[in-house]
Amino acid sequence: MASNFLRLRKPYYVESTINCSSSSDQKLVNLSFGINETRNQTKKRQAKEHHGRRSCLDSCCWVTGYLCTTWWLLLFLYHCCLPFTVGHEVPELMPAARLKREGLKGIHPVVLVPGIVTGGLELWEGKPCADGLFRKRLWGGGGFTQLLKRPLCWLEHLSLHNETGLDPPGIRVRPVPGLFGADYSAPGYFVWDVLVKNLAKIGYEGKNLHMAAYDWRLSFQNTEVRDRALSKLKSKIELMYRANGNKKVVVVPHSMGVAYFLHFLKWVETPPPMGGGGGPGWCAEHIKAIVNIGPSFLGVPKAVSNILSAEGKDVAYFRAMAPGVLDSGTLGLRALEHVMRVSRTWDSVVSLMPKGGETIWGNMDWSPEDEHVCDFSKKRYFRFSPSDNNVNNSDAKQVFRVKDPVKYGRIISFGKAASVLHSSQLPTTVLKEILHMSASRNFNSSCWEAWTEYDEMSRESIRKIGAADKAYTATTLFDLLRFVAPKMMNRAEAHFSHGIADNLEDPKYNHYKYWSNPLEMKLPDAPNMEIYCSYGVGIPTERSYVYKLSPSNKCKHIPYQIDTSVDGEDGSCLKSGVYFADGDESVPVLSAGFMCAKGWKGRTRFNPSGINTYVREYQSKPPTSGIKSTAHVDIMGNIALIEDILRVAAGATGEEIGGDKIYSDILRMSERINLRL
Amino acid sequence: MSKPLSFYRSYFLSKTMSFLRRRNGTDSSKTRVADPNIKKDGAADDDKKKDEYKIPQRRNYGSKKWSCWDNCCWFIGLICSIWWFCLFLYNTMPDSIPQFVTMAITGPLPDPPGVKLRKEGLMANHPVVLVPGVVTGGLELWEGRHCAEGLLGKRLWGGSFGEFYKRPLCWLEHISLDNDTGFDPPGIRVRPVTGLVAADYFATGYFVWAVVIANLAHIGYEEKSLYMAAYDWRLSFQNTEIRDQSLTRIKSNIELLVATHGGKKVVVLPHSMGVQYFLHFMKWVETPAPRGGGGGPDWCAKHIKAIMNIGAPFLGSPKSIALHFSIEVRDIAALRAQAPGLLDKDVLGLQTFKHLMRMFRTWDATFSMIPKGGETIWGGLDWSPETETVNNSAKKGTDNSTRNTGGNGNICNTKGVNYGRLISFSKDWAETHSSKIERVDFKHVAKGDKLTNSSNCDIWLEYHEMGNRAIKAVADHKVYTAGSILDLLHYVAPKLMARGASHFSYGIADDLDDPKYDEYKYWSNPLETKLPNAPDMEIYSLYGVGLPTERGYIYKVAPPSDCSIPFQIDTSVDGDSEDSCLKGGVFSGDGDETVPIISAGFMCAKGWRGKTRFNPSGIRTYNREYKHAPPANLLEGRGTQSGSHVDLLGNFALIEDVLRVAAGATGEDIGGDRVYSDIFKWSERINIKL
Repeated sequence: MASNFLRLRKPYYVESTINCSSSSDQKLVNLSFGINETRNQTKKRQAKEHHGRRSCLDSCCWVTGYLCTTWWLLLFLYHCCLPFTVGHEVPELMPAARLKREGLKGIHPVVLVPGIVTGGLELWEGKPCADGLFRKRLWGGGGFTQLLKRPLCWLEHLSLHNETGLDPPGIRVRPVPGLFGADYSAPGYFVWDVLVKNLAKIGYEGKNLHMAAYDWRLSFQNTEVRDRALSKLKSKIELMYRANGNKKVVVVPHSMGVAYFLHFLKWVETPPPMGGGGGPGWCAEHIKAIVNIGPSFLGVPKAVSNILSAEGKDVAYFRAMAPGVLDSGTLGLRALEHVMRVSRTWDSVVSLMPKGGETIWGNMDWSPEDEHVCDFSKKRYFRFSPSDNNVNNSDAKQVFRVKDPVKYGRIISFGKAASVLHSSQLPTTVLKEILHMSASRNFNSSCWEAWTEYDEMSRESIRKIGAADKAYTATTLFDLLRFVAPKMMNRAEAHFSHGIADNLEDPKYNHYKYWSNPLEMKLPDAPNMEIYCSYGVGIPTERSYVYKLSPSNKCKHIPYQIDTSVDGEDGSCLKSGVYFADGDESVPVLSAGFMCAKGWKGRTRFNPSGINTYVREYQSKPPTSGIKSTAHVDIMGNIALIEDILRVAAGATGEEIGGDKIYSDILRMSERINLRL
Repeated sequence: MSKPLSFYRSYFLSKTMSFLRRRNGTDSSKTRVADPNIKKDGAADDDKKKDEYKIPQRRNYGSKKWSCWDNCCWFIGLICSIWWFCLFLYNTMPDSIPQFVTMAITGPLPDPPGVKLRKEGLMANHPVVLVPGVVTGGLELWEGRHCAEGLLGKRLWGGSFGEFYKRPLCWLEHISLDNDTGFDPPGIRVRPVTGLVAADYFATGYFVWAVVIANLAHIGYEEKSLYMAAYDWRLSFQNTEIRDQSLTRIKSNIELLVATHGGKKVVVLPHSMGVQYFLHFMKWVETPAPRGGGGGPDWCAKHIKAIMNIGAPFLGSPKSIALHFSIEVRDIAALRAQAPGLLDKDVLGLQTFKHLMRMFRTWDATFSMIPKGGETIWGGLDWSPETETVNNSAKKGTDNSTRNTGGNGNICNTKGVNYGRLISFSKDWAETHSSKIERVDFKHVAKGDKLTNSSNCDIWLEYHEMGNRAIKAVADHKVYTAGSILDLLHYVAPKLMARGASHFSYGIADDLDDPKYDEYKYWSNPLETKLPNAPDMEIYSLYGVGLPTERGYIYKVAPPSDCSIPFQIDTSVDGDSEDSCLKGGVFSGDGDETVPIISAGFMCAKGWRGKTRFNPSGIRTYNREYKHAPPANLLEGRGTQSGSHVDLLGNFALIEDVLRVAAGATGEDIGGDRVYSDIFKWSERINIKL
């Protein structure tokens, strides 16, 4: 009704302005605007001119008033009618409502662990430019309005210190605690909201539902050093366990929260100076199940492109929450550099780099996804959000097919040839040779404003690295990054490791930098615990990139770009410089599923106590939005996933909810990975 | 003259009317000419047909002038445009301008205490626990009835009051507790908001803890060293533990704070009712496990450095009597600030009161504010601690003069005021000497003859069961002291008081070692509990003085009508002179507008001072008073020297004290006692075994 009316109103409005301004009634126009003065006599003209001017202003006011009144009237009607129309059940709440009727009741306390960029951040101490923002959101909620008002100030406050990875002096930005800290990180962009509402429906409330907010910019151990976030989480879990009749908790981490919680598992059982001192049985005593949602266990290739050039097919969250920021048109090309400068101070980004090197991600000529068929439209629905500005030609109906396996192992290749040719045909310049040459750096860079470390590299070495037909795998990639961003990698590699342990008994693995890498840590001794890997499949996900040198070489410019001009022929996974594989739009299936499907399955050296693991995949189906969506963040509103979580929270085991549920090729991929277990 | 103009306008108007008509689906001959225009929805067709239909239109409306409708639209448009323009200007204005303007008018503002002390080198040291009081904590909805669909997680209390202002009855239904159990009614779960946001602002712009938090942040505090001990302030204290495990949570969080700060003990800042809540907590935490927290006998000594009670109603507040008796008080400061019209009888009629009363009476926590200690503390028929007895005529002159010279020490002329009579039925009974009053006992008067038509009342109050004879008997008793007021409340609302009496006690203990005092209902009464064994702990009582505070009431029997509350404050009664303490049926004393000094200061001034039976380990106590000074100008908002109950939390002197103690100072370091009122003299007059 209302929309009909609005639709009707528009043509009339347009029509009448046409009347007022130009076409049909010449006389009216002349008088209104006092253009054609010569036709009239002077006295009359003056009078009419006077009226004419007034009339246009008057009519403007009139129109505004008219629109406002109508708007208010509609708003009033809408609000009056609202209480009478909300009778029916909101579909979002359906799983809980149905399960409640089945008699399901929340038994186990639930801890939610948010992922990267989904938690809110607020200001506790700031520079003068941030006056009046004390305890106001900088990130999430209304925080992004500040971005528009004072962009540079905002970026300055969100950056961390370049060397310590902690706050810069004089600035304190802290995570927003509480349940409503992570939901609604931007208006209309739900993260946890649907899940929390469903949990509330089956009896959860503040005392048995906790949001483990942490500063997602810091390295995991630093959240403890600075904010005592891990201690808080431990105390909270213990409290909930005790206060709810010794019921173990169900933990629901999302995205990077998965790695954060792995870190917590190791931390809590490690003795005090470095760890939480909970003793070896802590996890077995307090945790029932870990339901990992969209887990980035082994990292995401997206993080690489993010570090290298602050690009990606999209940085999903970033774009969704702050559209326009990344669009180079808005603030000029420098926006990307500012983003890069800020995100390079965030240690946590490094935790998302691919882990496990060539063994997991494939080498120059081999990758576990070799048999993958990029035929998303046939098998699944090919989905592009309108915010993809790198993908200009998003014809969803196109069908890709490959004969040759895509060389997914080459995560970064310079030039299309480098991504396709057999490795024997590629030149074998080792990166170290370039390192030797890089003695001559151009220090004449006066452009410190957007400091990205690229300014300190000589043009020659930039060109050398980016010379056509070079390719980097998940292992050699780190050499590249260490070269282009030495300080960042130096800082971050003290906190994160990306390898595979040969001997897990080696005492060096007691160091906290290994705790968040599932390939370099043992799961705790908790045979009754359960680990779920729940993720979406069927959405093309960035897996590797084709890069090129940026055309312009001026100051303050990121020298590399994804080569968006490169497209595969019909039937390749390559599109606009990005190779796609199966996943949930952010995390490839390989990273999300491997640990549960193979790495921890049964009793392995990574899982000595034989914790049960379950792979739960949620397939993307045609209307991929709302309650059926399986994209990385949207999956939090997926009713099938919510139902699983509710059942587990109400006491069901993995077997009871149906064990593994697999649509993708994860089992075959895992088989191809040759990892000693 | 302005024919073309009116052409244009009438044309526009006809368009408007025509599609309004289309929307309504009614036919009107007046606008038929415009009809064909509407029949074509496509814009292209409209263009073609336009010229055809324009001419008849103009003939019809051409001579019409500005109509009222036009004028309205024009005016609204003008206002809106100006408003938007101003809004635009305001938003583009640099943030420093308001401050600049303020500076220009008032001269440079004093630094907030946090900034000042930081320059002195004060740094965050002890973790701080904030305990909000009644009414100021936020409540949010976790499960609701049908009428609250879609409001999950929204604030029911505090903030913008969610969406509930649109559905007042729904709101009342959700905010009320169950009449019998004192818990939520079935199908409704309303829970306290957690975190600092629970009570930093009560409503938008109305600060509660925000100023304290901001100043703490200046010297380096942040989320990890601050904890807001939010609890559901509607429940009785023990029930917060039973339902929400709130006490367990506070214990666990304090332990965590101490552990993560290298063993530094916490400084606790309870405000208003939070003071009693924390007293309850201290007893609870040291009581062994099934009934208590099982922290062991030295838990408080190990974890608490100081308790800085702000605006502490240790011994209750007379205001709560009026609230229970007839839900009238001079104001409920915060509630009024939020919803000015809500309490006014004239806006929604008397019904509002009864709705509020019913809601209010389901809240067990309000029983905690009923005056404690009876006549010993609050005064009998002919004496009160605040006034001289007639016998002391020799000392009288000097006393009055000291009080008057003590910097406007007196709110009003206390001469001859019988503060001990908390409720009197008529002014005469409030003033006559007790020997001349014939009091009729009301307790044996049978209730029974129901008020007329009481069955029609849709709101249940126990008054409806009383009957006229009982009402008359209550009025015939004429005056009530803090002791007999309990009998009165038990008489008029037996069920309610029965519920309250199982959670709270208002007496004075004879023998504190009596095992009955292990029961939790005594824990929040400082006169029936021993402080924990923690000789290094410090207890401060920080309160405002210099504001008239309700201390006694004059009541009348309301004109009989259906379903109304039979007693009312007699607002027509005023004192004889200008400076009389009696105004509008209310006797005022000195205090912070809500809590009289005697309640806030007595325990620290005498009850716990030194080593007494209430304070066996000799915890040091300090009285810190803050004299009220109204804000110098409007730009100062609620003032930086305010002494009123809630605004005290923005008082710079108080904040400075808090910061110093949090940074490690002891009571002696900040100057020991700081007293403007006669609290010590008054305490002396109170005859209590210590």
